[in-house]
Amino acid sequence: MSGAVIQMRVDAERNRGKRDRMLVTPEGLALPLTVASRGSRAGALLLDLTFIVIGTVVFLLTLAFLGLSIFNVGDSPSGPIEIVLVVIILLLFLARYGYFMAFELGPRGATPGKRLLGIRVAARPSNYEGGGQLTAEMVIARNLVRDVEVFLPLFFMLGGGEQAGVAGLAAFVWLAVFVLFPFFNKDALRAGDLVAGTWVVESRVAKLKEAMSLAPDRRADYRFGPEELSVYGEHELQVLENVLRQGQADAQRDVALAITRKIGWQLGAGDEREFLEAFYAALRGHLESGMRFGRRKRDKHS
Amino acid sequence: MALALFRKAEIVPPADIEAASLRSDRFRLEREVDWQRLDAIVTALEKGRPRAISDDDLLDLPVLYRKTASSLAVARETSLDAAALDYLEALVRRAWFQIYGPRVGFIGWLRRFFGGGWSTSVRAIWLDICIALAVSVAGALVGWLLVARDQEWFYALVPAGMAQGRVPGASREVLQEALTHDGSTEGLTTFAASLFSNNTGVAIMAFALGFAFGVPTLLLLVYNMALLGAMLWVFHDAGLGYEFGGWLSVHGTTELLAIVLAGAAGLHVGRTMAFPGERSILAAMQAAGLRAAQVMAGVALMLVVAGLLEGYARQLVESTEIKYVIGGFMLTLWVLYFLGMMRPPESEGEA
Repeated sequence: MSGAVIQMRVDAERNRGKRDRMLVTPEGLALPLTVASRGSRAGALLLDLTFIVIGTVVFLLTLAFLGLSIFNVGDSPSGPIEIVLVVIILLLFLARYGYFMAFELGPRGATPGKRLLGIRVAARPSNYEGGGQLTAEMVIARNLVRDVEVFLPLFFMLGGGEQAGVAGLAAFVWLAVFVLFPFFNKDALRAGDLVAGTWVVESRVAKLKEAMSLAPDRRADYRFGPEELSVYGEHELQVLENVLRQGQADAQRDVALAITRKIGWQLGAGDEREFLEAFYAALRGHLESGMRFGRRKRDKHS
Repeated sequence: MALALFRKAEIVPPADIEAASLRSDRFRLEREVDWQRLDAIVTALEKGRPRAISDDDLLDLPVLYRKTASSLAVARETSLDAAALDYLEALVRRAWFQIYGPRVGFIGWLRRFFGGGWSTSVRAIWLDICIALAVSVAGALVGWLLVARDQEWFYALVPAGMAQGRVPGASREVLQEALTHDGSTEGLTTFAASLFSNNTGVAIMAFALGFAFGVPTLLLLVYNMALLGAMLWVFHDAGLGYEFGGWLSVHGTTELLAIVLAGAAGLHVGRTMAFPGERSILAAMQAAGLRAAQVMAGVALMLVVAGLLEGYARQLVESTEIKYVIGGFMLTLWVLYFLGMMRPPESEGEA
């Protein structure tokens, strides 16, 4: 692994660290939460808006296909056409206000866009109560404010409102305050989150991967002494775990070479996987037994 | 097919726990089945299919959750298996969201809402309602006085598209025409629906703008009521003030009350932002925001009623007296409901 890649990993982890929060559950268990990044929230919003637009267009096209074009209906429609018009007006209204509320009230607490990006809405723990329940009022409140934050600026830009002189400029600044609000607080709260007492956190679904030490026991073939195992720490162990799980032959060869050089071993060609598995098991056993005595070794430098 | 898929998802306990060479892996393999059971339950809950969960699983849910949570606590101190730790953290977090998620369903929420949640919130923001009402009345007065002094103000206040010939100096016949309708229901449903979506937009704006200490909400209220005041003067000038009042009051009592409530809700948030009291500003705003959201949900409902009244009752009822009666009845109904409906017995958190 080259230095630049490692540096990138470290940077990514540091940025993640800034967004890490601890939530204490009623059982007293500290549960790490990661506040969703501003980028993923903007992405989720764009996805949702795209879904709404696509849905509306498909709906209108279907109507047109059925011979009900809304564009050549006269001033005073009657009969079935009128019902359709009413349905259209109500649907467009629901698309603007109901879409976000309906999905965020569901058990996933996320719109389709949020779900695709692995984030959800949750009640923000306050200093007094700890993590609370997400209630219907919270979802309603945060989505009512969305009108000012998303739709008003959108219509403003589409309508060319910024060319309307001083008043236009004032409106632009006023709307910009709302749009840029998430950039001025550490939890990336938008105004609606602030009012409703919610925040948006990451909620990935992780799959349980195979246990590592189910590989054949090779303690008899490879014997590592404590001085050989003490060159690495937990960080290197996790890198090694990733390499083993991904199973790329050339990456494994590079890592095996790096390790053997460090501990002064010679390795025959083709034995890399075996060696790495054995080294991983030995290193993890070594570090975990240290943990049981309260000694942790973060990485090779500590 | 469905059965085959279900079979496949069944959890197989790992056969060779003893084969694992690491102690932490044996710890994990021994508990894996429980974790995956919890995972399956949580997944079913997330998909909104609680019926898919068997009774046994449902009974065991709290135990499974606590077991998994304690597994996580132990694993953090003894295991360096990053994949298992990731999995456990994600699983406990998901389970936490489900177990401590919203308890009341939509129907339950609705029952609590009508059974006093809404009126309690409305009563709680009485001061803001008074302010919004005062500002609205002042706005209407200003509109009236401005146009009465100089009719040019009318054109400055009212957009041409909205006036539709209802301008100062218009003949009595033109104005009379605007107040009557040919009595057919054609097109009225569409009209009602579009009015509803338009008015709700205004009300939501009035609320959402309350954020900046409530100033924009007040401006919005003043402007909209000034429009009304100007219009009132035009009709009064033509000697049609009484008729216009009737025409307006059918839906106006409901609609204006809804807009005042929306403005008050916005103002409530804005005022709390400026004067949070003894709590932290975040906690105070949150409490105010939730109360205001409750009011706003009701406002949307009132606007549906107003839209229906405007679309049907106003156009179909000819007599001005009956129009006043309908308007007055609606107003009394709302006020009595807000004052009379007591807080629901099981209400929580609403202070």
